[in-house]
Amino acid sequence: MSTVICVENLSKKYIIGHQKQERYTALRDVLTDGAKRFTHKLIHPFAAPSNDPTHEEFWALKDVSFDIQQGDRVGIIGRNGAGKSTLLKILSRITEPTSGKVSIKGRVASLLEVGTGFHPELSGRENIFLNGAILGMSKAEIKSKFDEIVAFAEVEKFLDTPVKRYSSGMYVRLAFAVAAHLEPEILIVDEVLAVGDAQFQKKCLGKMEEAGKEGRTVLFVSHNLSAISQLCSTAILLEQGRVRLTGDVRKIIDLHLSNDVVDRSDVNDISGCTNRHGNMEARFESIDIQDQNKLGRTTFSIGENINICFKVSISEKIIGQTVKLAVQLRTSDGINLCNMTDVDSHFQLSRTSESEVVTVKLSDVRWYPGIYYISLWAGSVDSKETYDAIADCGKFEIIGGGQLTSRHLPRNVGLVFLTPEWQRDNHT
Amino acid sequence: MLNQNVLVIEAGRSERHYWRDLWRYRELFFFLAWRDILVRYKQTVIGILWALGRPLLTMLVFTLVFSKLAKLPSGGVPYPILVFAALLPWQFFSSAFSGAGESLVSNAGMISKVYFPRLVIPASAVIVAFVDFLISVIILVGLMIWYGFAPNLRMLTLPLFIFVAFAAAMGTGLWFAALNVKYRDFRIIVPFVVQFGLYISPVGFSSSIVPEKWRLLYSINPMVGVIDGFRWAILGGNTRLYWPGFMLSLFLVGLILVTGIIYFRKTEKTFADVI
Repeated sequence: MSTVICVENLSKKYIIGHQKQERYTALRDVLTDGAKRFTHKLIHPFAAPSNDPTHEEFWALKDVSFDIQQGDRVGIIGRNGAGKSTLLKILSRITEPTSGKVSIKGRVASLLEVGTGFHPELSGRENIFLNGAILGMSKAEIKSKFDEIVAFAEVEKFLDTPVKRYSSGMYVRLAFAVAAHLEPEILIVDEVLAVGDAQFQKKCLGKMEEAGKEGRTVLFVSHNLSAISQLCSTAILLEQGRVRLTGDVRKIIDLHLSNDVVDRSDVNDISGCTNRHGNMEARFESIDIQDQNKLGRTTFSIGENINICFKVSISEKIIGQTVKLAVQLRTSDGINLCNMTDVDSHFQLSRTSESEVVTVKLSDVRWYPGIYYISLWAGSVDSKETYDAIADCGKFEIIGGGQLTSRHLPRNVGLVFLTPEWQRDNHT
Repeated sequence: MLNQNVLVIEAGRSERHYWRDLWRYRELFFFLAWRDILVRYKQTVIGILWALGRPLLTMLVFTLVFSKLAKLPSGGVPYPILVFAALLPWQFFSSAFSGAGESLVSNAGMISKVYFPRLVIPASAVIVAFVDFLISVIILVGLMIWYGFAPNLRMLTLPLFIFVAFAAAMGTGLWFAALNVKYRDFRIIVPFVVQFGLYISPVGFSSSIVPEKWRLLYSINPMVGVIDGFRWAILGGNTRLYWPGFMLSLFLVGLILVTGIIYFRKTEKTFADVI
């Protein structure tokens, strides 16, 4: 084993403009800004040069250091904006670091996008050559792999058709096929598996696994944690441009998940929600989704516990009466998954104070990866009156890659993940 | 992993391998040029017809305006040939220059996703213009046969002047390509430069009509030297080259090319960040 990538104190700074909407500067703006500053100088000759508040430094990466050994398959994990893409861009030499050093041994191919440089007017055949050259293959290399690429992409019949007439699936397959036949010592891959249908994704993952088995080093960035846990042995967790942790992929994915307290307001206030009906004798005020440690979170892996907490206020009119509650879950494709009522779990709620907080604990959740929506209902014991009913007032996501399985679980093959007992019955 | 080169990425480090990399990526350079040429002639139904028609029509109009209406002297050469000998380098320059200027922005996707020496892109844009140039040469040959005009041995020096035209187009193209990435409104200036350049370059007339005392000043426009050189090589006979002016143009072309490369190289690292 030898170190093939050595990253030392790598940092990358961007200057971000706050007010400007454009991504690029216009000469017009540079000139008018200069003129403004100049007149400002004339009018207030002794004023200190003001720090431009519209520009701010942003460290996309800060003192990142790690080593990668030959043959490692490394996943890079982190939230949006954690610096994953910047890291890959530096490693693939698209952009320069602000400071720090990277040493790379061996030929690198980076795949930050499939189909870079594809031209819609050119035929599939022409695009294979063009794209191969862009990715760094020589003409001879492309020629020798041409048939393999075409077979992998399954586009034999359409080789001489301009790719603008391809279906999006064919386009993506062709683009990935070219990239998959690169044979570098180090392969850097970004989120490209988010394309194509499930079957093709599987094929791509297989191809990348193969690359790893052949002793190539693979660096892989993806939001698809199940793909990462399937493909990679180690992982690097990035947080706000710094390396939080490196090590075994399972541990890091778990840490990443338990850290996921992102982009959610503390408790989801639904008191102002208008998408509801009922006579409002009881009224849902807020909903919160938590993990088993009572920490708010919206992403779970299979096998975890999910707590659905909600606050319901009960008017004095129905004092002494029992309020019947129900929680319904549906999948993102509209299938009603379950309708859970308090009665079935032998729970009863009646008014003791103005508002009550109820927690519904789901343990060992076994649904396939996807987004699930929560609807709440409250009504009278005989179900004749609806006090309050709100559809889709909360959601959570189940993702792959937990403790139970690292298998890719496409939603179209199942809904419930079961691990029944399997046994062999020998006929004698 | 014994005899493998270790690639080191560091701030300001990319310089060292640049020219070697450029050589390694020569195939990409040809592929990009090939793509652009292919697309150019695939997209327009009248592809080649357009490449031939545009200079031909320009030549006709210029001959009409400058020879028939303005009655400018041609120095004993058929006026259409006089015009066309200048139109060749001028059209090559203008389309190479505007093509190269636009090239980086129109290939933004590639620049932000893949590494390669960025110089490849404007260079291949210049090659595309050169293919048009070669097609136009056919017209020149046709014209010469039509007028029974035989060139002399000076014709052999033409590649030299083509090379100067290349350098001029590449130098200005690099400047504009790099500036265009940084200041996106630079593209507005390009058509103006092309149009303005046509008036201040001796395309429709011979530069011999410029008073002797102004000739050197006139040669500050580097295309004057290039065009005069083309005429000198193609028309032969009693065409004379104004050497001080030509040397000045040559020097300026060299200066633009060198500074163009330096500026391009300096800004190249940030292209992916701002494009």
